[in-house]
Amino acid sequence: MKHFRFSQQEIVFVVFAGLFLVFSIFLRGFLTTDNMLTLLQNVAVLGILGLAMAIVVIGRGIDISLIAALAVPPGLVLQMVQNGHSLPASLLTAVLLTIAFGLVNGWLIAYAEVPSLFATLATGLLLAGLGQTALFQLDVVQWSPGMDGFEKLGQGTILGIPTSIVMFAIACVVVAFLLRQTRWGAYIYAIGDNPFAARVTGIPSRPIIVLQYVITALIGCFAGLVLAASVNSMPTRIFNSTLIYDVILVVVLGGIGLSGGRGGVLNVVIGTLVIGTMLNGMTIMDISYAGQNLIKGVVLLLAVITDSFLNPRNEETAQQGDI
Amino acid sequence: MRDTLTSLRYRYWPDHLLGEILSKRWTETAIPVILLLIIGLALSRSIDNFLSPASLADTARQAGEIGFIALGLALVVIVGGIDLSVGSIFALTDFCALYCLDVLGWPVPAVVAVTLLCGALLGAVNGVLIGYLRLRAFITTLITLIIYRSAYDLLIQRYSNAIASAFPDIPSWDFIGAGSVFGVPTVALVYIVIAIFGHIFLTRLRPGWHITAIGGSRRSAYNSGIPVRRTIALCYVASGVLTSIGALFFASRLGTVGGDIGVGLEVIVLTATVLGGITLGGGKGSVAKSAVGVLIVLLITNGLTTMNARGGVNRMALAGILLVAAMVDIRWQKNRTRIISKVYVAPTYHSLPPPPSTEIGQGGPFEQNDKLRNVESIGLGRIEAPEDVILDRHDNLYAGSRHGDIIRFLAPDYQKMEVFAHIGGQPLGMAFDRADNLYVCIGGMGLYRITPDGTVEKATDETNRSMRSVNDDSRLRLADDLDITDDGLIFFSEATVRYEMDEWPVDGLEARGNGRIISYDTKTGATRTELRGLKFPNGICVASDGQSILFAETFGCSIKRYWFAGPKKGAVEVVMDNLPGYPDNINLASDGNYWLALVGMRSPSLDLAWKMPGFRRRMAKRVPVDEWLFPNINTGCVVKFNEQGKIVESFWDLRGENHPMITSMREHRGYLYLGGILNNRIGRYKLDNADPNFVQYDNRWGKQS
Repeated sequence: MKHFRFSQQEIVFVVFAGLFLVFSIFLRGFLTTDNMLTLLQNVAVLGILGLAMAIVVIGRGIDISLIAALAVPPGLVLQMVQNGHSLPASLLTAVLLTIAFGLVNGWLIAYAEVPSLFATLATGLLLAGLGQTALFQLDVVQWSPGMDGFEKLGQGTILGIPTSIVMFAIACVVVAFLLRQTRWGAYIYAIGDNPFAARVTGIPSRPIIVLQYVITALIGCFAGLVLAASVNSMPTRIFNSTLIYDVILVVVLGGIGLSGGRGGVLNVVIGTLVIGTMLNGMTIMDISYAGQNLIKGVVLLLAVITDSFLNPRNEETAQQGDI
Repeated sequence: MRDTLTSLRYRYWPDHLLGEILSKRWTETAIPVILLLIIGLALSRSIDNFLSPASLADTARQAGEIGFIALGLALVVIVGGIDLSVGSIFALTDFCALYCLDVLGWPVPAVVAVTLLCGALLGAVNGVLIGYLRLRAFITTLITLIIYRSAYDLLIQRYSNAIASAFPDIPSWDFIGAGSVFGVPTVALVYIVIAIFGHIFLTRLRPGWHITAIGGSRRSAYNSGIPVRRTIALCYVASGVLTSIGALFFASRLGTVGGDIGVGLEVIVLTATVLGGITLGGGKGSVAKSAVGVLIVLLITNGLTTMNARGGVNRMALAGILLVAAMVDIRWQKNRTRIISKVYVAPTYHSLPPPPSTEIGQGGPFEQNDKLRNVESIGLGRIEAPEDVILDRHDNLYAGSRHGDIIRFLAPDYQKMEVFAHIGGQPLGMAFDRADNLYVCIGGMGLYRITPDGTVEKATDETNRSMRSVNDDSRLRLADDLDITDDGLIFFSEATVRYEMDEWPVDGLEARGNGRIISYDTKTGATRTELRGLKFPNGICVASDGQSILFAETFGCSIKRYWFAGPKKGAVEVVMDNLPGYPDNINLASDGNYWLALVGMRSPSLDLAWKMPGFRRRMAKRVPVDEWLFPNINTGCVVKFNEQGKIVESFWDLRGENHPMITSMREHRGYLYLGGILNNRIGRYKLDNADPNFVQYDNRWGKQS
């Protein structure tokens, strides 16, 4: 089995290399420094989201509400600053909202035992609806003078590297540390591998599951802040886009099996590179939005089919209602 | 005073109904229906014209369209999957219908056929992926949702102008969209027809059962030979077809292909499905639940729209309802049996005076002795649970066994034993009729007849259902003992209608009159309930007058007489009450008196507990079953009583070694044969001064042996 996993990573990497090579040769304007920086900048947010998703997927869950966590709390920060609150107070409120949201998700999944896909589908709608009705005046929350200085989170360079990429790197290091160096990380893998065995062993599975969703929501909020800083606004309608499928695509293509317990940060990085290259290439080829979605959908479908062959579902530990 | 109040409270307040109602499957549908009524009432009060015909017809049209999609989703959810792509399939098939009609100009029947086919194909993609390739339903349909939506977006970019500019004027097409029959919209009519078929399909037809079975347990369904993969795939196809039917009506009603058609539809339909009470994860659900769920969701969204709520509020409301419904459903499914088992046992007030003494030296009819000490054992260790014993005129001994057989021990020495007949359920009371057929009460099965050559025939296993009972009491749960009148009428007792045979001590804990006496007419084959509300009726014996039966109420600790003919027909009269033990079978003795077995003796603790229903209910809720206070059944005796209810003689085994626990006895040619339902032997006791030629049923039918 270990051999298989390794080869899947290799395959994806080969796909990435091949795609990159083909685009470099056939697409004018692909292999330029400018385009490379754009590509990396564009995928940085996607990559951070991929890391967030990876944590729950490794723990045998999924978080469809991630885009709501990306859009609403950062949007709240911008809105509050616009309304005259101070930046730290706004940030604190947003973080508290995110933690509360993560707790609700985690509680629903761990304690109320609602299937994760289902719970997060509904909570995502709830949070987005809350933002739409109660928090924001406009669909796109604008930058205001009170935010000055904060845009450095997404714009400019640090030591010659674009800041958003540095943020992605920092997120990678943090998540890698969490997953590989802490006891909680080991617990997440154990729960993803076999939830019942994990519980019998004495791992506090329910609190750990709640923790997963809180961390995921926080990373999602961080990605949203980076996004807002880089475009100087928060387009909250992003919730209605297909961004969440890109995130799932990153995770699944990268080789983190949906049945849990496998993969790590490296898989997210590889997945992000493949998707970034693909999206960039399609944009240069001027494929329409719907056409891009169609292609992404088909690729995702193929990825899921491959995943189901490489990481078949464990029928013994699959739960009733685990759809 | 307090006792009187307690007794009144427990006599008139139906505690037992809660558990019975909860264990009914329709309660799960009843909750959404009540919710629907509440919402409907609230909306009709707060919104004007809510119940006007026009408004209702409009609601019916929308409900019909969404209802079709919900039916498809219900099917998929029952089989254990989920279909999120319905919104996109809806949009694509809507486009397909309008494209064929407006751009290609096809006739309406062809449009309908092609649209349905299109829906089937789109569903088949899901079906193949999920059924045959065994992908996860949620993620797969989420992906096909995007793919179909993108395809739809690409298509309407090209054709939306052509469709928007066409104004087809086809009467049949308009009839589909806007027509009505007697004021009922077409779509609602078609929905009703399909829903009725769907109900029959799911509950009465084999494929429907297969679907439920797969949803309940995929692996078990596979092991029992159901084509799991094909059935699952076909469910998705059906979902696609049903969605396309909804889209057809939508297309003919509005005729548009806007960009947001079907967006978010899956959440609406999913909410409806879960709210109706169809369990996520499969195995449970019905058409009625789906329809109720659709109506609730539609009323809520329409109500919110009428009250000018913003779009976000609508979405939040739906998501919130979805979450709460899913949570309630999941918790309920998980804890259902536990809750029911906690509330099902509903003890009542049962007061008995202090029992007559049985102590040696105290005198009285029940004074203990040691007459049964030297009882012989027949078939020791070779037979299990002979509840009743009976002998034929050739002295062969018949007894039931726990394995569902009637065992015959052959005269004269009863060493040789054979299986006379195999029935399959625990045989209890037995009696011979005039033609030497052996009638047997079988616990859990009913009344059976065994012909002299050993052929087993069912006499009856159901009686008339009483209208006021929540539990279906038409089936016989625990037929216990019987006797046959001269006219060929068989009276038999059913000990309880609330518990299965293995739970009989729990019925004693309840001490409610759950039992009844039923008659079966051997001439007409008719079964009729004669008496209800008896406390564990058990032994039955036709009295010497030929017009009444004597029956024992085990937990009533009494013997009663019921007149089935003659001047006192229908009357019930107490013969003996306040017995010191729990009476079981009654049989005729050779001297014209009656034999009665006391299966166990009363204990002061249970007598006291019977007066404290609250105590017993708390015990049933909080203490594990093994620790419950149950009637004592390990010592007992045989007594003989006369027509007036006076005890003539009693037979005890003080040490309880040779024949512990007696449930029945049968006198035959000067011997008394003893049966016990927990015994591994049959006892035989030599009677003094008994008629050496007495054969009970030959005596009854006036035959000479």
